[in-house]
Amino acid sequence: MSDKKIRLKILRQDSPTKEKRWEEFDVEWHPRMNVISALMEVQRNPVTVDGTKVAPVVWESSCLEEVCGACTMIVNGRVRQSCTALIDQISPNGEPITLAPMTKFPLVRDLIVDRSRMFHDLTKVKAWITLDGSHELGPGPRQAPENQEEAYPLSRCMTCGCCLEACPQVNDHSNFIGPAAINQVRLFNLHPSGSMHATERLEAVMGEGGVADCGKAQNCVEVCPKEIPLVDSIAQVSRATTKHMLFGWLLK
Amino acid sequence: MAQAKGIRSESGKVRRVIVVGGGLAGLMTVIKLCEAGVPVDLFSLVPVKRSHSVCAQGGINASVNTKGEGDSPRVHLEETVYGGDFLANQPPVKGMADAAPGIVYMLDRMGVPFNRTAEGLLDFRRFGGTLFHRTAFAGATTGQQLLYALDEQVRRFETVDVEDEKGIVVKGEKMVRKFEFWDFVSIVQDDTGRCVGIVAQDLKTMDVTSFPADAVCLATGGPGIVFGRSTNSVINTGTAASAVYQQGACYGNGEFIQVHPTAIPGADKLRLISESARGEGGRVWVPKDPKERRVGRDVPEGDRDYFLEAKYPGYGNLVPRDIASRELFLKCFHEKKGVYNDKTNKNELEVYLDLTHIQKDVLKHKLAGILEIYEKFVGEDPYENPMRVFPAVHYSMGGLWVDFERSADGSLVAGSPRNQSTNIEGLYAAGEVDYQYHGANRLGANSLLSCIYAGMVTGPSMATYRKNMKTSGYDSPKSTFDKAEKRERAKYTDLLKLDGKENPYGLHKELGDAMLLDCTIERHNDKLDKVIAKIDELEDRAKKVNVLDTSEHANRGAQFVRHLNNMLVLARVIAQGARNRDESRGAHFKPAFKDRNDKEFLRSTLALYKGGEKGRSEVTYVRELDYNLAGRSVHVTDSVDISLVTPRARKYEQAGAASAAATGALDGKESKKSAAATPSA
Ligand SMILES: Cc1cc2nc3c(=O)[nH]c(=O)nc-3n(C[C@H](O)[C@H](O)[C@H](O)COP(=O)(O)OP(=O)(O)OC[C@H]3O[C@@H](n4cnc5c(N)ncnc54)[C@H](O)[C@@H]3O)c2cc1C
Repeated sequence: MSDKKIRLKILRQDSPTKEKRWEEFDVEWHPRMNVISALMEVQRNPVTVDGTKVAPVVWESSCLEEVCGACTMIVNGRVRQSCTALIDQISPNGEPITLAPMTKFPLVRDLIVDRSRMFHDLTKVKAWITLDGSHELGPGPRQAPENQEEAYPLSRCMTCGCCLEACPQVNDHSNFIGPAAINQVRLFNLHPSGSMHATERLEAVMGEGGVADCGKAQNCVEVCPKEIPLVDSIAQVSRATTKHMLFGWLLK
Repeated sequence: MAQAKGIRSESGKVRRVIVVGGGLAGLMTVIKLCEAGVPVDLFSLVPVKRSHSVCAQGGINASVNTKGEGDSPRVHLEETVYGGDFLANQPPVKGMADAAPGIVYMLDRMGVPFNRTAEGLLDFRRFGGTLFHRTAFAGATTGQQLLYALDEQVRRFETVDVEDEKGIVVKGEKMVRKFEFWDFVSIVQDDTGRCVGIVAQDLKTMDVTSFPADAVCLATGGPGIVFGRSTNSVINTGTAASAVYQQGACYGNGEFIQVHPTAIPGADKLRLISESARGEGGRVWVPKDPKERRVGRDVPEGDRDYFLEAKYPGYGNLVPRDIASRELFLKCFHEKKGVYNDKTNKNELEVYLDLTHIQKDVLKHKLAGILEIYEKFVGEDPYENPMRVFPAVHYSMGGLWVDFERSADGSLVAGSPRNQSTNIEGLYAAGEVDYQYHGANRLGANSLLSCIYAGMVTGPSMATYRKNMKTSGYDSPKSTFDKAEKRERAKYTDLLKLDGKENPYGLHKELGDAMLLDCTIERHNDKLDKVIAKIDELEDRAKKVNVLDTSEHANRGAQFVRHLNNMLVLARVIAQGARNRDESRGAHFKPAFKDRNDKEFLRSTLALYKGGEKGRSEVTYVRELDYNLAGRSVHVTDSVDISLVTPRARKYEQAGAASAAATGALDGKESKKSAAATPSA
């Protein structure tokens, strides 16, 4: 290979109750290297730059092609998936690369955090079609191609947590549900069958911690790796909840 | 003893079954079980929404025939069986092909944003091994969309109360309980060998715990990571299948590993560029001049060798994967005509996959997902430049052997507890982890289908088994569970004590390199012997590894050593199976035995585990086996059920070779009745 080296500075923590610490590792550069393959090098030789043998760094990952959302972390200060963080792009001149866990979720260990709240929020907003059953009932409702073109980008959300991490309204002092779940409300309320239960979803994001808590910072769209129009989703759901609040009782 | 009845066990616990794995197969199994009123505990290494199924790009097959081409489930059956070189049992394939349109409609009802036609119907595209437009798709992230739809339905069942036989709600019990970030370690077997639960490890606290169950389904996906790097997710180590194989489950057709022709080489993963790229018109070529210095897009038409189209005019770029991969390998490896690299002065192991002749908005609409992957990981614009790709290990046709019960019409007996049952009573398998649907080679877009279909079969099958069982797994003696738990805890503690010199990740790399080099596209017996010797060596060295991490919290090092050991065992099943099969069939190709040999080898490979000398693993291959199911003994052999489509030579040079009815697809006209045009036994 080459003698070019990559330096990784990694924020480590053995468990939520232990101290945080930075550790640095040098790994050999390879063509087409990404943060994950650099971390894999650390596994094969878990020795810090000052020669200390340590436990290999732990992180979460699965698909390695930015479609599962698992490997989200903070790379050089920016939240993103580490699989698509190509070394040559994030460290063009061999600058050290910093890796840290997301801060808006409880820490598990090193770069692993616990994002279960995001899945609970999907339950809360009833992000599903209420199916009569999986038996054969013929095709679903016909839909114009435009419908699909609106829904598909929304349904690519990987529950990765980037939008929550970047949102100033998501913090220790607030219950804000965050952009991801609100986007699901829009997605399911768009669907011909899903819309039959639209009010239940709207009601789930009304009140404390709901869509009204959005501070319009628009950081979410900036960091969304799938370029989901989150701000649009929030605006649409917000309008729908207002309408429901004002006129909902009339329709009951 | 009386028959186990009702929702509760004798000890008063709600009787659940366990599903391990929440990819498409596992989730579909869960849905069917819930609909049958059976509560489920669902275990997964990762949140199920991040399962490997999320990676699937191109689509799912169903012969809905909305393009007026004369497609039908019968043709789908024929082409699948032919594509699999006649190694698949045909009744399950028929069941799958017949169910496919209903499955796609169900997914549509669940809200999957499938691409649509102008009329608002589902759109279908072409895939390999067929001339029909049979593949429904949601952009180029179909697997993700399908997984999400099933995940959503299962999440709904997490909120649904369990009801007893009288319809009264059992307080505090929901139909589905999820255990995510848990690693399946082994099954729990009672004195008769029946599976009555599992032992699993919490990957945060590292607690090793046993869980009772009336039955268990493994839906743990494929073993791609045995080959080091592949198109698979990093969690696909095959550890669960290997563990139950070591507990006596039979492993079928292990040597049949699919190598996909078009992936992007990478240091951590070989990322797939889906066959749908060719389904939408993508063309594979290399420059005619092996020293061609111009970049791909500057090479004029006349200077390009579209070698698949030239050799296989009938199916062109959409020949099945085994064939395409061999042709690419031939071009690059043997003929040294891969894309020339000026910098290294070498012909790289790369060919062009070209979409640049297709309109951009069409590409965006139908393939954006995969083109985005190419753009992000290679840093080149595939809308403007032909992509550079090479084959990569992709899928395992082999897996846990599972049974089926044939119905009078040649399909499966609905709800038979034999369907998808392994040879361990009470243990089922579904999805890529089973060996059932694809024979010697899988056709593209048939896997998402087989996973969901297997789930649809396994759910009812387990429900029947549970209904008829005499004693609930929950009423097995406590000592059975304690013993299993103690055994696995002790093993884990031993892992933590490993302080040798070998690095487990390094050993994994060596295993992957050996398997990749000599156990994939081309197989030679002398080289396979070397692979097997390498596995011996690695098994010995694996005893001297250093666990690297002794933490009691979220320890990944010890878990990896466990997976590594299990991978080594599976690697042997694959390599030894390949060594034994002296013929060429589908993905298994031996240049020294170029022909398919039905006389000797039209049979499933059935592997049973045996602990060998010096603590190495050993494989026993058997021709038949007996297993217990609900109080009776079932006898099965390795013969393949070929009752629906008679084996014939497999060639793709001519259009319509895979099914005579396919000529209809060619002229876009209604075809003649397919069954009449096809020889059947
Ligand atoms: C890049 C790519 C593209 C593909 N595209 C297509 C396509 O277009 N069409 C098609 O038909 N097929 C495609 N395939 C194949 C298809 O995606 C897979 O075969 C299929 O998704 C497998 O699904 P599954 O349910 O069997 O398992 P998986 O989706 O792999 O799920 C396995 C589950 O088991 C769990 N698990 C595994 N081990 C353990 C353990 N020890 N303990 C606890 N849980 C465990 C995992 O957490 C996961 O939930 C593609 C494959 C790849 C790699």
